[in-house]
Amino acid sequence: MDSQGLSSYFRFSDVNWPNMWEATWETIWMTVVSVAIVAVLGLLLGLLLYETAGSNKPAVKVLNWIVALFVNVFRSIPFIILIVLLLPVTQVLVGAITGAKAAIPSLVISAAPFYARLVEIAFHEVDGGVIEAADAMGATKWQIVYKVLIPESLPALVSGLTVTAISLIGYTAMAGAIGAGGLGQLAYTDGFQSYNNAITLVATAVIVIIVFIFQYIGDFSVRKIDKR
Amino acid sequence: MIELKNVSKTFETANGKVEAVKNVELTVDAGEIFGIVGFSGAGKSTLVRMLNGLETPTSGEVIINDVRIDTLKGKDLREQRKKIGIIFQHFNLLWSRTVLENIEFPLELIGMPKAERETKAKHLAELVGLGERINAYPSQLSGGQKQRVGIARALANDPDILISDEATSALDPQTTDEVLDLLDEINQKLDLTIVIITHEMHVIRRLADRVAVMENGRVIEQGPVSEVFTHPQEELTKRFVSSEVELPQTTDVKQIAQKLLQKNPTGKLVELRFSGQQVERPVINELSKNFPELEISILEGSIHQLADKGTLGSLFVQLNGTEQKVQAALEFLNELQVEAKVIEHG
Repeated sequence: MDSQGLSSYFRFSDVNWPNMWEATWETIWMTVVSVAIVAVLGLLLGLLLYETAGSNKPAVKVLNWIVALFVNVFRSIPFIILIVLLLPVTQVLVGAITGAKAAIPSLVISAAPFYARLVEIAFHEVDGGVIEAADAMGATKWQIVYKVLIPESLPALVSGLTVTAISLIGYTAMAGAIGAGGLGQLAYTDGFQSYNNAITLVATAVIVIIVFIFQYIGDFSVRKIDKR
Repeated sequence: MIELKNVSKTFETANGKVEAVKNVELTVDAGEIFGIVGFSGAGKSTLVRMLNGLETPTSGEVIINDVRIDTLKGKDLREQRKKIGIIFQHFNLLWSRTVLENIEFPLELIGMPKAERETKAKHLAELVGLGERINAYPSQLSGGQKQRVGIARALANDPDILISDEATSALDPQTTDEVLDLLDEINQKLDLTIVIITHEMHVIRRLADRVAVMENGRVIEQGPVSEVFTHPQEELTKRFVSSEVELPQTTDVKQIAQKLLQKNPTGKLVELRFSGQQVERPVINELSKNFPELEISILEGSIHQLADKGTLGSLFVQLNGTEQKVQAALEFLNELQVEAKVIEHG
């Protein structure tokens, strides 16, 4: 039997559907959990970058420099290397180095700095006049953050999160190749390594559908919130 | 109510020191509308930002209701800011909030319960004439409506003082007048002190009781509006006043003046300025009675009501007659205390 021929892609009888389902859910679970953590962490980091930017105080300058360095370093490390690099950390945090749960720390650490930059940019695009108006009305710093900065930049925050989520889906597949489970692992071990091209094709199609769904949800939410 | 004592502000920039405000002495009384006029860069924005501590003076004192503002910090400063409403040139509304939610914003800051602040915001929306549009978003409103929201929001905390920072500069003339009328109404209804900064003399004429003229960081002239309009002292003030009061010499007027001058080469084109009582006097009638052999052609005229009840009029006429007669007529006008200025000789 020719396992490399084009027709091999369409031998759907070879596909183990319950396994496919399970892998799909693992991918979705990894994505949703890591997106949720990245949203919170990225928002905090982004806020820290925004608030510490352009200050004259030495202490604040140093803080901004440290945060920026952290963000830039982790954004530069290729994901496949990062996941290996973080194996001991994952062991400590999760108690395992394989499985969907074990993928979360590296997914978060690679995506949070990326999202933090997007958050910072979104905050910088909020109309300075509106912030000054709130300031002139006697708002505290914290009130300006949650009553002005976040609501006024919400469409950019959401579309940034959508972009982040979609790259996270890609990362889960990479993590899958070294044992995180999900569609990536299925496509790699059951598909590629077992000469079962139909599984690889179906796994790809499912990933594409998941990406489309995330994009759709993101675009829809942005349209809903944007009243400009 | 508001006192600025010898206030100066110097900014350190990469290109050296910039003295934005220099030795300004100003007093604004409770309940009055005080105008500050000047070109952009004159220092009026910096000056007014000191009233709510957005800017601190390099030297001098800023006192509002016997409280020194320039030394306030943190919570005290935030509490003080709540007593001063401010409206902006670009409205600075939150696009993510409806009209009602925008007006509620300052009330949320002080932690007023939802039901209470909704009632208050609705009442304010009514006051500024936006009762129908409380659920609209700013993007659905016209410029004038946006500024009305800005005004309602500025009034939400029942401030003692309202600052208008070029609030009508982004609006067309008709909308400007509507907003000015609203400010006038609010000033009377709520007995609010209003400080207006603007580069448009029109705004001062329509609204202000007293005016200060700023140039290069200094207040070069100040006084009641009718006085500054009728007897401007400084060159810049004269320019501001004439930009508002003098007739724009349109091509129409110029053409007709040319024709008249060709017909009567000895005639003189004269601009008459009336202020106060003279406006109601039949000056032209008296002129023609006293100088029956003089020919008077009226070219264009206008009259302006000032906010503090003063009146200002101007009239372009051509006087045709012998040199002596015209000269005598000009002297006669002088006696009537009508300012007569010969514009073009025949």
